[in-house]
Amino acid sequence: MALALSDSLFLTQLDKLANWVRKNSLWPMPFATACCGIELMATGASRHDIARFGAEAMRFSPRQCDLMIVAGRVVMKMVPVLQRIWLQMPEPKWCISMGACASSGGVFDTYVTVQGIDRFIPVDIYVPGCPPRPEQLIQSVMDLQQKIDKTGTLTGKEFARRDQSERPLPLAVEVNPTEAVVAPGDFTTATRLRLK
Amino acid sequence: MSHVATLGILRDRFGADKFTTSEFRDNFRIIVAPTQVFAALQCLKHDCGFDMLIDITAADYLYYPNARDRFGVIYALLNMNTGERLYVKTFLNEPDLTLLSAFPLWKGADWMEREVFDMYGILFEGHPDLRRILMPEEFTAFPLRKDYPLRGRGERHNFPVITRAEG
Repeated sequence: MALALSDSLFLTQLDKLANWVRKNSLWPMPFATACCGIELMATGASRHDIARFGAEAMRFSPRQCDLMIVAGRVVMKMVPVLQRIWLQMPEPKWCISMGACASSGGVFDTYVTVQGIDRFIPVDIYVPGCPPRPEQLIQSVMDLQQKIDKTGTLTGKEFARRDQSERPLPLAVEVNPTEAVVAPGDFTTATRLRLK
Repeated sequence: MSHVATLGILRDRFGADKFTTSEFRDNFRIIVAPTQVFAALQCLKHDCGFDMLIDITAADYLYYPNARDRFGVIYALLNMNTGERLYVKTFLNEPDLTLLSAFPLWKGADWMEREVFDMYGILFEGHPDLRRILMPEEFTAFPLRKDYPLRGRGERHNFPVITRAEG
């Protein structure tokens, strides 16, 4: 009994150590496709310095990164590339969906733009904004650090629990793609989504 | 060379009934039949001094009021010496959406015609490599046609899902 207690205490301390090490050295993989990439670069520059949080080593090889920041709109031609880069990253890995376009498609509800990368990639933190200010991106990195602190383990057991797709649930009826959207004046049909 | 001179040369070469013109402010258009387009472009390039091809694009007049033909293909030309611009326009209808490629005249027509093919489905005979340029290769529809919905037919979300547990 006492042995089991000290055993799990030891493991908990190891978890805490692993979390501390990992959260303070999150090396980002800048998957910058569009305008949010500029803000990502600004966050890496000297005024808003992401290096304060250990994330200055923006390696462009996914094999050497543990945080993928998807900054910008992702089109359907890019989805297989995005998935391949995600799969090439070694464990443990996290994903930040930066900006409105990566989180939900943003203003681009068209035949090419994926309406949120969480339909195809597991995402940990979403950053709203178009583009989000560097301070917001830094806040998201800090939130991720807090998430790792609270839920991280040495061996990454918390990842195995997420086996469901994290795509947006159909909370509302999506309007048929061929149906015209009526201009405001008729608020029951003026949105893309009609509540069930 | 003003447009009067250009029209004079074209009239001599092709005959006055082979093309029509229209004008609005400084936008001058010459409308020819699809079979005459290559010859007209060749004449404009070599004899009238319109040596730069600015753009090739197309328009779908499917729901346009009072439209006679479905597709219009527009060539924008520039005379680099005088700064004059000219638009050559032809109208196409299904099922024969084929034009002679302008690639022998201007190498820049290569990608412009690929874009017109990708978006509207208009084929260019004599093009060295007519394949899709913007959409993925396996895409089957022509997106800028008016009967293609803005949000697509589900192609954008037709990919495998990766959950956190498996990778």
